[in-house]
Amino acid sequence: MSSYRKNREKLVVKDLRKSFDDLLVVDGVSLKLGEHEFVSLIGPSGSGKSTIFNIIAGLLSPDDGKVIIEGEDYTGRTGRVSYMYQKDLLLPWKKVIDNVCLPLVISGRSWPEARRQVQKYFPLFGLEGFEDRYPFQLSGGMRQRAALMRTYMFSSDIILLDEPFGGLDAITKSKMQDWLLEVLNKLQASILFITHDIEEAIFLSDRIYVLSGRPASVKDEVIIDLPKPRTKDLITSREFNAIKRYILDIL
Amino acid sequence: MKKWANIEHRLVPCLFLAALLLVWQAVVESGLIARYILPSPQDVVIALVEILPVLKGHIMVTLQEALAGFGIAILLAIVLAVVMDNVPLVKKALYPLIIISQTVPIIALAPLFGMWFGYYMLPKIIVVVLVCFFPIVISLLHGLGSADKDMLNLLKSMGASRLQVFRLVKFPASMVNFFSGLRIAATYSIMGAVIGEWLGGTAGLGLYMLRAKHSYALDRVFATILVIVLFSMAVFQVISLMQYLLMPWQRKMQNDK
Ligand SMILES: Nc1ncnc2c1ncn2[C@@H]1O[C@H](COP(=O)(O)OP(=O)(O)OP(=O)(O)O)[C@@H](O)[C@H]1O
Ligand SMILES: [Mg+2]
Repeated sequence: MSSYRKNREKLVVKDLRKSFDDLLVVDGVSLKLGEHEFVSLIGPSGSGKSTIFNIIAGLLSPDDGKVIIEGEDYTGRTGRVSYMYQKDLLLPWKKVIDNVCLPLVISGRSWPEARRQVQKYFPLFGLEGFEDRYPFQLSGGMRQRAALMRTYMFSSDIILLDEPFGGLDAITKSKMQDWLLEVLNKLQASILFITHDIEEAIFLSDRIYVLSGRPASVKDEVIIDLPKPRTKDLITSREFNAIKRYILDIL
Repeated sequence: MKKWANIEHRLVPCLFLAALLLVWQAVVESGLIARYILPSPQDVVIALVEILPVLKGHIMVTLQEALAGFGIAILLAIVLAVVMDNVPLVKKALYPLIIISQTVPIIALAPLFGMWFGYYMLPKIIVVVLVCFFPIVISLLHGLGSADKDMLNLLKSMGASRLQVFRLVKFPASMVNFFSGLRIAATYSIMGAVIGEWLGGTAGLGLYMLRAKHSYALDRVFATILVIVLFSMAVFQVISLMQYLLMPWQRKMQNDK
């Protein structure tokens, strides 16, 4: 049983349509995200995945369609969901700790107060001892974790992650996935996750939407009924490979 | 290796300058060029020591004009750049005018300032403002426009206000450009005041230079030029120091390279 069926809907996206000039990028996409559910979007590069996220975050208005969060219409409204971009987008002029504080400061807390508040999360995100570094002094994996930590500090119950491990090597990526699952267990959030990596999607998700190439539309929805908590042994299992084969066939 | 490259970086221009001065000294000493046409570096230094007590007052006047003008130019430029960046219509209206204004020769215009604003400090300060304003406003505008669009969007997605977006992203992103504009303006500031003084007045390095020239005391003219160069460099260095202190992230980035 996926948690999708057990729990109520947190986020509903209805019939999104979006063009840039004459280029149709999103063509009638509908998605659902249940409470505490982890859902991945997988699809070819340039298909319109980030555009869908920008619309959900309220940064872009769709030409057609709606974004509904807990029953309320949030189309074109910002500030409701935590959004981690494809790029880490850490501010180069702020120390790691201040970058992480950003959502707290924006919502009105003072810098010292915000710093006190984030301090205790540094071990959880594996950044202990790097509070006073500048972003360029961190490795790629650490920058991603800092960006993730900042996203987390926004402390919304809905989190959008756009290819958070896209630029990482296989070893770092695998570590980050294990670590993400661990963190997520403590978070109790609902997560939408974009990736190119089929194994990553299966490993992390409760459900996967397989998208077509541009313009993006939902080709199929795959429920991942693999047991949790998951470990890397799973990747070599028969069930895992059956799902992988199935998704590859769709794509 | 890095250290040596750094020393070399500083040493080469110094050595070159020293060589140039030696040649200059030698040419004048040998009598190839008459002293009343071109004083030797040594003559200039001697003249400088001689006139320094008199020059002090003039230096103060010029410095005051230059710094006042520079300060006003910075404030004006910041206000205007911020307004232009926030109100596209204002930018559309003013940007071409600002560019065109730079083609108006200030030297030709400055004598009128005397007529309009008198012969005390005000017209000189206005000349300084006019020459310093342009590089600052253009570089700051460019800097404000160069902020990463996704970074701006990210802040918006967190629900940041326009002021917060400006403070946290736009302004810091424009700092590198802002300071390069400031450094150019800094070197113009003293020169602007001197040009203002040429066109009438009662005190200042420009006026002193004119007087020295009229009495054919070329060593004193050169000594004054030397003072102008030194003070322009000093203002430049102060700006660089400010950048060093205000942009610690950049300093560390460069150190790591
Ligand atoms: N602001 C914009 N203006 C014009 N075209 C855009 C804009 N944003 C995206 N596009 C276009 O829309 C298409 C989809 O872009 P999008 O970033 O959503 O793709 P994506 O699925 O996230 O790709 P990737 O997997 O490579 O990140 C691309 O062809 C892109 O060029
Ligand atoms: Mg994308």
